Amino acid sequence: MRYYTYFPGCSSSDGGAKAYGSSAQAVAKALDVELDELEDWNCCGSTPYTAVDELTSICVSARNLALAEKRGLDLVTPCSACYVILSRTNSSLKEYPELRDRVDEALRAGGLEYHRTIKVRHLLDVLANDIGYEEIASRVKRSLSGLKVAPYYGCQVVRPGPGFDHPESPQSLDRLVESLGAEATPFPLKARCCGGSLIISEEDLALGLIHKLLDSASSNGAECIVTVCPLCQTNLDVYQRRVNKKFKTNFDLPVLFFTQLMGVAFGIDSRALGVEKCIVSAEKVLTRYVER
Amino acid sequence: MSVITKKAGNKRFIDEVSAIPGGEGVKLCIQCGSCTASCPNANEMDYPPRQLIAMVRAGIRDEALSSNSMWYCASCYLCTVRCPRGIKPTELMHALEYLAIRHGVATKRTLTPIMYRAFVDSVKSNGRVHEFSFTLRYYLRAIRFYLPTRTNPLKPLRAFKLLGMLPLAVGLFSHGRMSLRPSRIKGRKELKAIIEKAQAIGDAL
Repeated sequence: MRYYTYFPGCSSSDGGAKAYGSSAQAVAKALDVELDELEDWNCCGSTPYTAVDELTSICVSARNLALAEKRGLDLVTPCSACYVILSRTNSSLKEYPELRDRVDEALRAGGLEYHRTIKVRHLLDVLANDIGYEEIASRVKRSLSGLKVAPYYGCQVVRPGPGFDHPESPQSLDRLVESLGAEATPFPLKARCCGGSLIISEEDLALGLIHKLLDSASSNGAECIVTVCPLCQTNLDVYQRRVNKKFKTNFDLPVLFFTQLMGVAFGIDSRALGVEKCIVSAEKVLTRYVER
Repeated sequence: MSVITKKAGNKRFIDEVSAIPGGEGVKLCIQCGSCTASCPNANEMDYPPRQLIAMVRAGIRDEALSSNSMWYCASCYLCTVRCPRGIKPTELMHALEYLAIRHGVATKRTLTPIMYRAFVDSVKSNGRVHEFSFTLRYYLRAIRFYLPTRTNPLKPLRAFKLLGMLPLAVGLFSHGRMSLRPSRIKGRKELKAIIEKAQAIGDAL
């Protein structure tokens, strides 16, 4: 059994990506990994908060790290946006001593202190590197042989780094997909931007980026896309119809969280994985592998 | 664009930016343009990243802070990993966003500042982001940008675009992906104390 403190993030706990949270827990259980949810965690600090008020956002972020320190285990999150922000809080506190004093003072007002001992990890890193591909392959009950999957990393799981994979041409998700028996298709844009939250305020701009990604995945023969980030999943899945309308395309590419794909291969009930929560139905590509 | 050096108080613009964690890299720029070449959204910006950095160094403050450039940064960090001088242009963009908001000069030509504020308000009231009330709050605040103006009386027509969001919301609801009730943290009082302290420290800087 391996133990971690778990930071689901707002989206994967009770938001649009709750299927990510439930499938992550289901898969972790199958791999003898305990993801113990950080008690009373708050927003990671977030990129919007950084823009509005940098210092406060770092203090909000640091509250989580201070809470995690009580247990001392690595803090694991499935959300790339939470991962980049919580890691950034750690590195900023290390790099800027004057910032450290200010954050310490603010945390004290909330009865907390943070000694900068918590390591922040992305769930993909933990599964690929702590558990390993062989161990994952050994748990596969229904090989996904024949399934063509575009592994989509997006940005913040590998950048700015230095992290656990190459910042522009990462491989870990490709290898993980292959350890499930599936085929990882070439995907030149696999670490390019989906537009993130700009989909809300600058939809046309983000739709253009999403269109390029869908086109890159589809033209390389992918039957579905797997993602490691709630924002990426939302943009590629929920907005796929909007892309089709704007660009007069007819993409019909299911977009799954990588933990959902793992769960299917592990033989976990697809409802526990929340596969039915995909807007672009994943049923037709998974039906070969899911027991009815 | 004027090339008069503008100052906030008696601080030079470059020093103002450098004082923000992540902003100090601006002094190292060699104007190679790797950031602009890497940026997926540079085409939409009034001043692409390389030019924006040059403006900060030249003290062209008002134009830089009221531009739309930084609000088009999606934080993809491609510029950051490619910069040969180790500047973090992504952080620099956030520093400029922060200064623009702090000095009340954020542009109204993009709704991103309004969206970011709605997001932050959701965090402040719940400790977490509640996607439903956050997006609702954002759209309600965005509405005033669709009111008719003397120069553009047909502006409300653009609001029809927003109706296209309805099927999306319905889809999220019907797939169990939108919770109506926010999940709130228990330590809201402590979080509030941290936030108020941080804001007080920030204001005094």
